[in-house]
Amino acid sequence: MATITSPVKAESRDLNFYYSSGHKALKGISMALYEKRITALIGPSGCGKSTFLRCFNRMHDLYPGNKYDGQIVMHPDNTNILDSGVDPIEVRMRISMVFQKPNPFPKSIYENVAYGLRVRGERNKRVVDDKVEEALKGAALWDEVKNRLHDLAFNLSGGQQQRLCIARALATDPEIMLFDEPTSALDPIATASIEELMSELRNKLTILVVTHNMQQAARVSDYTAYMYLGELIEYDDTDKIFTNPGRKETEDYITGKFG
Amino acid sequence: MASQVLQKPAEPTISARLAKNVRRHVLERVIEFILMLAALSAVATTISIVVILLYESFTFFEHVSLWDFLTDTQWTPLFENAHYGILPLVSGTLTTSAIALAVAIPLGTIGAIYLSEFASHRTREIVKPILELLIGVPTVVFGYFALLFVTPLLQRIFPELPGFNMLGPGIVMGIMIIPYISSMAEDAMRSVPMSMREGSYAMGATRFQTAIRVVAPAAISGIIAAYILGISRAVGETMVVALAAGQQPNLTFNPMESAATITAYIVQVAMGDLPHGSVGYQSIFAAGLVLMLMTLTFNIIGHITRKKFRETY
Repeated sequence: MATITSPVKAESRDLNFYYSSGHKALKGISMALYEKRITALIGPSGCGKSTFLRCFNRMHDLYPGNKYDGQIVMHPDNTNILDSGVDPIEVRMRISMVFQKPNPFPKSIYENVAYGLRVRGERNKRVVDDKVEEALKGAALWDEVKNRLHDLAFNLSGGQQQRLCIARALATDPEIMLFDEPTSALDPIATASIEELMSELRNKLTILVVTHNMQQAARVSDYTAYMYLGELIEYDDTDKIFTNPGRKETEDYITGKFG
Repeated sequence: MASQVLQKPAEPTISARLAKNVRRHVLERVIEFILMLAALSAVATTISIVVILLYESFTFFEHVSLWDFLTDTQWTPLFENAHYGILPLVSGTLTTSAIALAVAIPLGTIGAIYLSEFASHRTREIVKPILELLIGVPTVVFGYFALLFVTPLLQRIFPELPGFNMLGPGIVMGIMIIPYISSMAEDAMRSVPMSMREGSYAMGATRFQTAIRVVAPAAISGIIAAYILGISRAVGETMVVALAAGQQPNLTFNPMESAATITAYIVQVAMGDLPHGSVGYQSIFAAGLVLMLMTLTFNIIGHITRKKFRETY
């Protein structure tokens, strides 16, 4: 890779993953996420990109029988977050996630954003107030909701709900944020605002985004990884992947010959 | 494109299809009519119950004034000097129901949370049918259980407790209602989409926090529906209180005393203690009307609360 100027924030080392059915969904994935950069995962449905993303916050632990094999090491502290001795809750405190479909909780806008602080036991109202405001501003939602913070979150539009989910994920100052196809349920205007937001967040934290939409990967990401059938085919600068891919398979996919 | 396609089919094709449609249409109508009859039978039954209750109560209120009925503190239709004050029966009904709900709501809710959020698939598959088996136990069995097992047990703790009291049957009624509440509340919580739970876990919440702060609020309208069902069951329950609470109308809210509920009184009279057509006999319709109004009130309250807390996701 030509232009690596940023330290590694996290890296997977020879990561294999097995679903409880026995299906091997990831095959020896080794790749690094660079600090304050956006890394996109692309590939056809079922290629394992979401599976890979969900390893980073141990989401697979919620379903019995899933098995990780390999490491995801977080820097600078060199913790293998897949180690059975590491509490998945601790991992999720450092790495937050935005889902494919906006999934606000059945609470007010304010309480949605405050949720992460509440589960961490934060009781001080001033601290929570400040964090909620900061997070909503960070998610470019503050101006739209500042006068109705105590309305039910379901009353927001789809794009606003997704920005609320980003605010919720931001409020706890995560080091890495995972986006699992964050715009696939949104219209083009809402999609543009989420993409813009991701570019801004890049100043604060490291982002890993799964996307179905190749143009989106080209627009927002610094690095792009192409995955196919559980394997990492190619990982490079986004510019290079989209203009001059090193592998024939990648070229076939991004030119639409397949997938 | 679309309009062109619509114009295309030739004349004969359309009429052939229409001919078929007529038969299908008639069949649909017949099925619809049969289904409507089935639905109407329930509505008609309800309406006729209300009409009969109102009609028969009317003859009762020709002999007893509504004022006496609502304010007299004695209910003694069997005595020479008969009093017809509904309050003692209402107090018995409310007290036993309150005890039952104090048992059933907390235990039913905790059970539902456990089954929905904590139990493994296998545990749930074993425990849920067993709980639902409780629903199938005849209430008369629960009545004797209250009278011959729970009350003697309680008498070891409270030696002054009479053999007929409201506490024992109240508790047993509560146990009886637990499966209704836990089963319905569990269904409501399980239907909360997994994405909502994942959202909570992804924020670093524990299972318990997720269950209490996200899943239960999301399922609140179903949980309230479960409570309403429990309340209606408690207020309408007959055998347990008739057997174990003493059948003595008594204006008290003290669970340590014996009392009669509206239902227990109705069953007592309907079993033949009073001659048909007498004022005492007519009184069961007035009592039934009160019972119906009570459950109706709870149902309306439940409906309003459910609407207020309705969540859509």
